[in-house]
Amino acid sequence: MTDQPIPGTILFNGANAMKGYALNKMCFSFNSRSNREAFLRDEEEYMARFGLNEQQRAAIKSRNVLALLEAGGNIYYLAKFAGIFHLGVQDIGAQQTGVTVEEFKAKLLAAGC
Amino acid sequence: MARIVGGIATTHVPSIGNALEKGLEADPYWKPFFDAFPPLRRWLDEVQPDVAVVLYNDHGLNFFLDAMPTFAVGAAAEYRNEDEGWGIPTSPPFSGDPRLSWHLIESLMHDDFDICSCQEMLVDHAFTIPMQLLWPARSTMPRTIPISINTVQHPIPTPSRCYRFGQALGRAIASYPEDLRVVVIGTGGLSHQLDGERAGFINPAFDRMCLQKIVDAPDELASYATLDLIREAGAQGAELIMWLAMRGALTGSVRELQSTYHVPISNTAAGVLLLENTTRPELAIR
Repeated sequence: MTDQPIPGTILFNGANAMKGYALNKMCFSFNSRSNREAFLRDEEEYMARFGLNEQQRAAIKSRNVLALLEAGGNIYYLAKFAGIFHLGVQDIGAQQTGVTVEEFKAKLLAAGC
Repeated sequence: MARIVGGIATTHVPSIGNALEKGLEADPYWKPFFDAFPPLRRWLDEVQPDVAVVLYNDHGLNFFLDAMPTFAVGAAAEYRNEDEGWGIPTSPPFSGDPRLSWHLIESLMHDDFDICSCQEMLVDHAFTIPMQLLWPARSTMPRTIPISINTVQHPIPTPSRCYRFGQALGRAIASYPEDLRVVVIGTGGLSHQLDGERAGFINPAFDRMCLQKIVDAPDELASYATLDLIREAGAQGAELIMWLAMRGALTGSVRELQSTYHVPISNTAAGVLLLENTTRPELAIR
């Protein structure tokens, strides 16, 4: 085993789990439709209810996945936030890698050749 | 006595559920994946399992970071899903087998595996999609025992620990006094990564090696360190640990009845595998 970090890859460990707790707790709540609707009604109020810090609030407002990961977000819970906007894993894959969704899909298809 | 009739592994990504809903089985994008399943269904028709033990990973539907179990064994009379935040359709409940659940929990604990027992547990797409793929007609669906393995928060259990968990699960099933036919299913994989700048990472050479080694040299796969597995298979490629747990429950020597590999479905390299214990030749597929 090598302990070298893997470029472009986050291991969601204890430090991240503590750092992102409020953000992830809010995203976990989006399993429920009524909570998703409450968020859409008043985003600021909903974030305040879960005690998100400044960085986490800014990341939520930016809809930027890399910023949300940086703020301690866990991809499994963030996926529920993305779901509010009907974004799937290929949409967020494209956003994180700085390409269009079509380019991202083409890259995956090419991997199968 | 209960006995294991075989093991199945399959990818479980949510987009499979969308494709099923839209009837895209024959669509050129999806066909190579869905074509893997008719032979599996024929095999299931033949072996007629009474119970499916399903090893999967919860993706933040039932478990949160407040209390994250490593090995969570369902002990409910039935299991429900929910929409997971994306509007996934809610299916009718899946029937459990609480008596067998408690036998498994007791046996696994006796075998030094510290279990979180769950009398209420929501099951997510990693459980429901394989069930739908294998038993599209609900009437033939066996009772089920979901077992969730943590892949959300590191440290996650090592490949070797999951392989040995599977071996203990195999012993637990074999020691159940009732005559039951049990199929063990591991869901997830193969290589893929959803988060970070490496999102979209796929490694066909590594996947093909895994598909071979899991059949005839599972010890070698089990010896991977978690970090090395993630390096080779992507962050979510770590889901191979569910395949290893399934493989551990089978006997040392198995017969591969089917192996399918296809890239991509959604963000993921898809793998489907059907294995049978070679010590049960009377169950060989014809």
